[in-house]
Amino acid sequence: MIITDTQEQSPARDADRHAHIVGWGADLDHANRPAYPMERTPPRLPHPVDAPEQQHSYVEVLCSTERPGITRIFGTTLPPAGLSGWLRRHAFRHSENDLRRWMLLLLADRVNVGEGLVEDLSRGHVPNLYAEMGGRAELRHNPMGAARKAAIGVGVLALVALSVKRRRRRSR
Amino acid sequence: MLAMNYRGPYRVRAAHKAEPEIEHPDDAIVRVTRSCICGSDLHLYHGLVPDTRVGTTFGHEFTGVVEAVGSAVQHLKPGDHVLVPFNIFCGICYFCQKELYSNCHETNPEATAVGGIYGYSHTTGGYDGGQAEYVRVPMADVGPTVIPPDMDVDDAVLLTDALPTGYQAAEMGDIEEGDTVVIFGAGPVGIFAAKSAWLLGAGRVIVVDHIEYRLQFVRQYAQCEVIDFKQVGDMAIHIKKMTEGLGADVCIDCVGCEAAGSFAHTLLGVKLKLQGGAATVLHWCINSVRKGGRVSIVGVYGPTFNAVPIGNALNKGLTLRMNQASVKRHLPRLIEHIQAGRIDPKRVITHRIDLCDVADAYHLFSSKLDNCIKTVLVPPASLAA
Repeated sequence: MIITDTQEQSPARDADRHAHIVGWGADLDHANRPAYPMERTPPRLPHPVDAPEQQHSYVEVLCSTERPGITRIFGTTLPPAGLSGWLRRHAFRHSENDLRRWMLLLLADRVNVGEGLVEDLSRGHVPNLYAEMGGRAELRHNPMGAARKAAIGVGVLALVALSVKRRRRRSR
Repeated sequence: MLAMNYRGPYRVRAAHKAEPEIEHPDDAIVRVTRSCICGSDLHLYHGLVPDTRVGTTFGHEFTGVVEAVGSAVQHLKPGDHVLVPFNIFCGICYFCQKELYSNCHETNPEATAVGGIYGYSHTTGGYDGGQAEYVRVPMADVGPTVIPPDMDVDDAVLLTDALPTGYQAAEMGDIEEGDTVVIFGAGPVGIFAAKSAWLLGAGRVIVVDHIEYRLQFVRQYAQCEVIDFKQVGDMAIHIKKMTEGLGADVCIDCVGCEAAGSFAHTLLGVKLKLQGGAATVLHWCINSVRKGGRVSIVGVYGPTFNAVPIGNALNKGLTLRMNQASVKRHLPRLIEHIQAGRIDPKRVITHRIDLCDVADAYHLFSSKLDNCIKTVLVPPASLAA
């Protein structure tokens, strides 16, 4: 403890001092702390647990090179595909200890965003970027911010238009 | 079914996708009744977590009704209303045998540093999350807990992550009677860490943030002192002035990789991604805690590296403790605390939003609009019920 007057207080006085705080000191006793000590065996699960059987993989699941093989349980969503999938497979050739793995995965994520746009358009769905970025909430709860963003957007578009116009004039 | 669908940084939408199926004899399919947006979901939403694939459904804090179970499930049955810890764990591996359920070695093939987590990128196993109408729940006899009949479902959903994480943050600080505890971050986890610090017998609890409405809330909710870091100069000096020049006994990081407060860290960690996020709060913790003190970290960081003053930590003789919460081991005691009225989790919920409006919900929470502290998504069927 660091405060002199607290150091000299008896437990009873400390409890009195915090009597207005409901539950103060309820878990002062380490026996009441559920994760004390941090590692404890056997686990206090409500039912005995048998080792789960091996899940079968019907899709491509990438595995860390730091593991001997696939885990008994795993997720099967969104297997790697396309250019982002190719990047992810390359990333998984490196260990978690290797920065290249994580940088390649971040790159794959950005490529995947482009793939998502193409996928949307190929299905005839034009993504509503305004709605997907929470535009309604911005307009409702931060109208000034929404107006500022709209003004910046219009300004950027105007600059682009101006720049295109100048280039055309020069090329003539 | 309707589900949240990630399209890229700052872009999500509610979209229809195939309902999940039993893929393993230990699986259950759960119809979601509540699903929170967690502060750590924002790291995914902002594109900071590697291997976050377009089309992923986020959501690792959820409750729901069991719809179907696999052939090996013995203790859970259709109709049970359950809260589902965010950890997916087997209960039998080397780490689960030590009650380190968040470090399970058999549920995440894609990284060894972390166990399986619902809807938290392929770096945590590639599972879909609970911000949907239905979700696949592996190891159904191990993870989910039936919600006690007298418990509000809004309390139950906060037992899946935010409350146990806040409690474990305080617990890892090894708080002794009368200790001064400084908590960085006044989001839901920081709020619960402050409340938990009192349960563990702290003598003084101080919460640091810069969002005024959150500081006001935590001051009232957790009866603690607060600091707006934008109003003080150097954080370490300020904490030392408050503690007779020594520093706090315990400092807790409940912020993680998107901390404000340092231009350099934000530039290097968030904008340029040359660190696993902004290490601002790690700096503050190490430099504000007293010699021989304890630093507890539950804020989430990326898997690469962070520039932290480890030399100071060495010279000060600090104990650094950190982990994702192992939710299941905390549930019995935390349920007791709720039932005894020592803690009222649902008071942190400020917004209940239809799953159809998930994009607005994310933006609201991310931009801290409308005094938002905790957002709960409710699927249309549960909204009507």
